[in-house]
Amino acid sequence: MKRELRVHPIRNGTVIDHIAPGQALNVLKILGIIGTSDAVVSVVMNVQSKKTHKKDIVKVEDRELNPHEVDKIALIAPSATINIIRDYKVNKKDKVILPDAVDGVVRCANPNCISNTHEPVTSKFTIDKSQSQIRLRCIYCEQTISDNIADHLL
Amino acid sequence: MRDFSRVEIDSILQRAEKLETFASKGSSNLLDGKILAMLFYEPSTRTRLSFETAMKRLGGETINMVSTEVSSAAKGEMLADTIKVVGEYADVIVLRHPKEGSARMSAEISGVPIINAGDGAGHHPTQTLLDLYTIKRESHLHNLNIALIGDLKYGRTVHSLAYALSLYDAKISMVSPEQLCIPIAIKEDLTKRGINIYETTKLEDVIEEADVIYVTRIQRERFPDIGEYQKVAGSYRVSLESLKHCKEDVIIMHPLPRVDEIDVDVDSTKHAKYFKQAFYGVPVRMAVLSLVLGCEA
Ligand SMILES: Nc1ncnc2c1ncn2[C@@H]1O[C@H](COP(=O)(O)OP(=O)(O)O)[C@@H](O)[C@H]1O
Ligand SMILES: [Mg+2]
Ligand SMILES: [Zn+2]
Repeated sequence: MKRELRVHPIRNGTVIDHIAPGQALNVLKILGIIGTSDAVVSVVMNVQSKKTHKKDIVKVEDRELNPHEVDKIALIAPSATINIIRDYKVNKKDKVILPDAVDGVVRCANPNCISNTHEPVTSKFTIDKSQSQIRLRCIYCEQTISDNIADHLL
Repeated sequence: MRDFSRVEIDSILQRAEKLETFASKGSSNLLDGKILAMLFYEPSTRTRLSFETAMKRLGGETINMVSTEVSSAAKGEMLADTIKVVGEYADVIVLRHPKEGSARMSAEISGVPIINAGDGAGHHPTQTLLDLYTIKRESHLHNLNIALIGDLKYGRTVHSLAYALSLYDAKISMVSPEQLCIPIAIKEDLTKRGINIYETTKLEDVIEEADVIYVTRIQRERFPDIGEYQKVAGSYRVSLESLKHCKEDVIIMHPLPRVDEIDVDVDSTKHAKYFKQAFYGVPVRMAVLSLVLGCEA
């Protein structure tokens, strides 16, 4: 058993590895695992990692993620790796890919934006990856979000 | 205006030049049989009248929403539904709406072209185009030195104009009281586009060099007390006195309505172009209407 494996192995499920430190709880929020939930989950925070300085890890049993969830995780933890565990083994390992745009994932922070009304419109943001900190731009009002993206997830 | 290209802007300005002869007198049958629907959810005088003038001078018709319909819309009808319905009546829609992004959303769902005539604190692209057209006709867009004066923090007109001028490598001076200076994010964005920006709080610093002096209103609401407002606003007022040291061919522009930021004495000088600027709204809107309706000018 590897040194970093601090909890018992899971048979089937997903390990989200290399999460930016401090973002594990936001990942749980994205997965809908907050308050009362029957999900069997283990969370490791601020462990040493070779790749990044420190990282968080989230392991969820009997659960695989949908693309929407993966997009959200990419926004708050662009270096995360999604490992699908089947029969105790890593069956598939993918780095999350930060998309160029996200639909229906983030709520615009501008209260006067058309996307925050009762009009039939889905929020859409383009993603600027040119800086070290990613920046989202609402395609409707053009307001940007770059800090605390997790707080703006729908 | 952030996503207009220079080629697109230039072609609209050229089209406006061709159509200008019809803008003040006479008419053309270019848009014969076409109907423009005016959906104004917020008050407007110049924009509304100049769109109507533009459409009618080109031989088209306009239909209008009356104010009771606007208020019933406020009670519940979705803009999206109105756009779908009106798009069945008209060939093109001009929209002014208080929510940012309303024009963009409308364009996504509409079967006919949508022209944004102001979306909240968002964009008002035909205003920017007529500003550019005025500069082109009354001064020059090449090697331009322009001073933007007044409320540069909340003034969307100057933000859009600055973005457009970044395509023409203009030298821009931003003149405002400290509390109303250009937002950092916009300044950074403009600088990234390679534009040369000079910021100052003093009108005197820039008036000698400027080819264009673009004046905007400083609103009373932005200041804690009236005394402070009067003191600040007074120092940005353009008068015959303040024009003593300006260039011989400087032009003065203002998006209007003016309150007292330009002395009426200035109106009779050859520098005053703000009324001409308002008139240029007609050929520019003619150009935009004929372009989106696919009619050769
Ligand atoms: N059966 C399992 N149960 C729980 N966690 C596992 C299991 N298999 C692998 N992991 C975890 O999944 C991540 C990826 O595993 P692995 O591909 O072996 O390591 P690495 O990514 O470091 O090369 C690691 O954090 C590892 O601890
Ligand atoms: Mg590892
Ligand atoms: Zn928005």
